Amino acid sequence: MTGPQTFPAPIVEIRNLSKSYRRGGQIVPVLSDITLNIAAGDFVALMGPSGSGKSTLLNLIAGIDKPDGGTLRVAGIDIAHMSEAELADWRAENVGFIFQFYNLMPVLTAFENVELPLLLTQLTASERKRHVETALEMVGLADRMAHYPSELSGGQQQRVAIARAIITDPTILVADEPTGDLDRVSAEDILTLVDRFNGELGKTVIMVTHDPNAARRARTLKHLDKGVLIDAEGVRP
Amino acid sequence: MHFFKLILRNALRHKLRTSLTVLGLVVAFLSFGLLQTIVGAWYAGAEGAAPNRLITRNAVSLVVTLPLHYREKIRGVEGVKGVAAANWFAGVYQEPKNFFPQFAVDPVPYFSMFPEYRFDADEFRAFLRDRKGAIVGRKLAQTYGFKVGDVVPLRGTIFPGNWEFVVRAIYDPGEAKTDTSQFFFHWEYLNETMRKRAPQRANQVGIFIVDVVDVDRTAAVSEAIDKQFKNSIAETLTETEQAFQIGFVKQTEAIVIAIRIVSFVVIFIILAVMANTMAMTARERMSEYATLKAIGFSPSFVARLIFGESLAIAGVGCAIGIGLTFPVGDWFAKKMGTLFPVFEVSTETVALQLACALAVGGIAAVLPAVRAARVRIIEGLRAIG
Repeated sequence: MTGPQTFPAPIVEIRNLSKSYRRGGQIVPVLSDITLNIAAGDFVALMGPSGSGKSTLLNLIAGIDKPDGGTLRVAGIDIAHMSEAELADWRAENVGFIFQFYNLMPVLTAFENVELPLLLTQLTASERKRHVETALEMVGLADRMAHYPSELSGGQQQRVAIARAIITDPTILVADEPTGDLDRVSAEDILTLVDRFNGELGKTVIMVTHDPNAARRARTLKHLDKGVLIDAEGVRP
Repeated sequence: MHFFKLILRNALRHKLRTSLTVLGLVVAFLSFGLLQTIVGAWYAGAEGAAPNRLITRNAVSLVVTLPLHYREKIRGVEGVKGVAAANWFAGVYQEPKNFFPQFAVDPVPYFSMFPEYRFDADEFRAFLRDRKGAIVGRKLAQTYGFKVGDVVPLRGTIFPGNWEFVVRAIYDPGEAKTDTSQFFFHWEYLNETMRKRAPQRANQVGIFIVDVVDVDRTAAVSEAIDKQFKNSIAETLTETEQAFQIGFVKQTEAIVIAIRIVSFVVIFIILAVMANTMAMTARERMSEYATLKAIGFSPSFVARLIFGESLAIAGVGCAIGIGLTFPVGDWFAKKMGTLFPVFEVSTETVALQLACALAVGGIAAVLPAVRAARVRIIEGLRAIG
């Protein structure tokens, strides 16, 4: 990690955000009164014990879940009050997902998996091909384009997932335990790759992790405990 | 293209499961097709009936005969063009299992009323010249290897004794529904023989086939014929040939209904199997559907994927089932001999098979598709395939 930096205007603005789930007739609060800014180009790690609400916060920022209260703006757009269809379109354009278990389509090749998000754009087949080849080259898998996920190692699958996440040039990259299912070496490779996209391409990365080594790669660290942000100032560990 | 690629690859993902489902569908659609064809064969006689033909029989029962002299009286009714006497013979060829319909008929008026029986004019003349002559249908001739000139011995049941006939002509079908499994011979030969063997049974006719001048007046002609014999010793019942044939079918209607119900039960069973397959499939892929939705695909896209896969599997099973219905139907018809004179897989049956495939594929996908479309992304991502 490098020293503290100042970032331009926040790309994620969260004010008094709350979220609760209903379990067996009981309402369980998961996030309470979260206020947080994430600057454009930042690499934020969300840490905290299991059940602290870090994944829930990530899901809310990524637009795959909706808050109960508060405001949530990403790149100036209030996503808390969007309809499902609007959110789907918004995610396609603005969010790149990196999941713990890669979540690739097993029946599609690496090329086809990376191409998937582009099918929602107006690009022609040849344009899509060019984009996908570039993305796979960037993650070091130019020679694995025709391979199916089952023919790739965990690290390689996560690289494909990263290529899929960046292919549409999204506003933010959200990563939920991206190294949780990988060995040490593969995990380092993946983190280096994410770090590179953050540093070289200026992608805003928001990552949930349990792993302190992974968290060390982030520029900003946020801790959550019992649904409350405990270092809202973004102090580095 | 990617949409269809995804459907195809998903369908082939569990090859054994898909193969077994397709096999089940093939068996179901084949069975459905055959059972529907059997129902169709049951009604073939009625469908092959002509609107200008009426059947006059004893009002009491078909097994009670009518006096021969009615023939002239019927001929005299206004609107009647021709009349032919006919008797059901019910002889046994070699052994009882060799069943085929045999009729003693007035040949000239009878065959002029049935233009759908096509035969060689010379053969027909030879038949008319020979009092023991017989005309057989092509299917019957093929079943038993009858050729022109062959002697066919029949053991009488309704008309006792041993009878011999000489095949003088073979008729071909003029229409798809024409029954070519029948055996015709001279009514006069039957009557003469009965006069010698059982004189009290001579001059008795089973039914009269009546040709009417105007098909729009069949009801009036029927009424006029029956009115003639009102309060006589043998009152008549005259109806259209189609009504007469349906009357036969109605005697066994319970069987037809049962066959029809079974055919749809088969479809219902395969629908349940297919629905189970699709439910399992969708449940296993819930995290993939959630991923697709997360990266921006709409819930309807996910639903269409499931519908597409279900319809594709049902379509393949149905296509193979329909493809097999024809050869298996032919084989079945041959095995049944002359039991089903007309056994053809109809266009309606194929259309029904296709409609059922569409229904099976569509209905089986409804619940899984709705569930996959509605599932919250975060729940779907947590699902274990």
